[in-house]
Amino acid sequence: MRITADREVCCSAGQCALIAPDLFDQSDDDGSVVLLDAQPDTGRLDVLREVVSRCPTGAIRIEEDPGV
Amino acid sequence: MVDALHPPVPLPTKRSHPFNPPDGYSPLRERERITRMSYPDGSSGWLITRHAEAKELLTHKSFSARQEGLVAPVPTELQYDGVAADPGAFAKTDDPIHGQYRKLLTGFFTVRRTRQLAPMIERIVHEQLDDLEKAGPGADLVEVFTDSVPSRVMCEMIGVPESERKTLQRHVETLGRLSSTVPEALAAVSGMSGFLARFIPVKMADPRDDLLGDLIRGGQLNEQELMGMAATLISGAFDTTGNMLAMGVFTLLEHPDQLARLREDQELMGAAVEELLRFLTISHLGAGRWALEDVEFAGQAIKKGEVVTVALPAVNRDPERYDNADQLDIGRTDHGHLALGHGVHQCLGQHLARTILRVGYEALFDRFPTLRLAVPSDEVPMRDDFVHYGPSSLPVTWDD
Repeated sequence: MRITADREVCCSAGQCALIAPDLFDQSDDDGSVVLLDAQPDTGRLDVLREVVSRCPTGAIRIEEDPGV
Repeated sequence: MVDALHPPVPLPTKRSHPFNPPDGYSPLRERERITRMSYPDGSSGWLITRHAEAKELLTHKSFSARQEGLVAPVPTELQYDGVAADPGAFAKTDDPIHGQYRKLLTGFFTVRRTRQLAPMIERIVHEQLDDLEKAGPGADLVEVFTDSVPSRVMCEMIGVPESERKTLQRHVETLGRLSSTVPEALAAVSGMSGFLARFIPVKMADPRDDLLGDLIRGGQLNEQELMGMAATLISGAFDTTGNMLAMGVFTLLEHPDQLARLREDQELMGAAVEELLRFLTISHLGAGRWALEDVEFAGQAIKKGEVVTVALPAVNRDPERYDNADQLDIGRTDHGHLALGHGVHQCLGQHLARTILRVGYEALFDRFPTLRLAVPSDEVPMRDDFVHYGPSSLPVTWDD
């Protein structure tokens, strides 16, 4: 599993940093998303799905590993 | 595929209970994905009461937030829509202009930066609670505490002197009251812009170590834009968080089981704040957008120029989205509410508001463990005719 965060699309609402502060931060400059861990444990999938659903601009995506 | 249409309805605004959205929403939400709505200027537009459709609309590229295309959803003499927004007043603009202005501010309102403001917020909260103590049982919590805290915090952040605060607060109140007359609104607008016309040049000549000082040193905004931005910050911060603070206290006092849970386990505070935001959703009139082009949405053909009102209070009680949607449950973990909007316009100050609410509720219930209403709950006067909903006064008492 891999996470991507598009800073161009990001509107700095900070939902990700609020929900999963160990995985996401915001830049001091303009508050846009800073990815702290692009390959978190698969156990975090539920939290990541919430981040994706609550990101107001769809800047964050999860690329799940293809099933065998 | 276009669904059959019912005749247009006006925006429901009558509430039979202060903690619940206007009664007229649920039958519409049950009935259809999008409702034909009649606007007071005689035009027909649309109303959204469901969560999924609200989220989709607020991120849809065919809809604009630009002020010049919006129409007031309820009868009012206030002219807050229909003309282009002032330079720097970015809330009712679209990208790229909206984003260019907003990006200059977002760094000040991150989760981390706003949490760092907690000591300043705690100081202000405790000073206002000292005043509450001095005022004694029977005091009005709105006047002494909930209206004062958020306005003091924003004034401190942008360097507005305390001596100006109450006057500004009155102007914001007048401009948020739907029943304000044209002369009242004009007086408030000129009071506000008169203040900014004095205040901004002084700040530009001597930029201090605060948010406005940083913006001025950044050198990207002219005097007019700084005025528009300061006005946006003031009007965005004052009555929004104030009403939410007051509504949260009122609601918790009327839900003693939930308040007891919160007292027992302060770890619940973060979730409690989210649940209160969802349950109460003080944005009385919701969010407005208008179609930039003919577009099919939620099974209907929306015509270019038609206005859509997203009824945020109804959306956050959608039973399709939430189990027991009409129940206050401070332990709820399924948030994702739209109380602060969605899409690129989602509330800029949301994390500041969260910090103020958390610190405010904690300190109030900690220092006044026997706090209760001083009047029967059905006698609490509500701001029924305001853009943001909340009690206009909340008389409280406690054991000395």
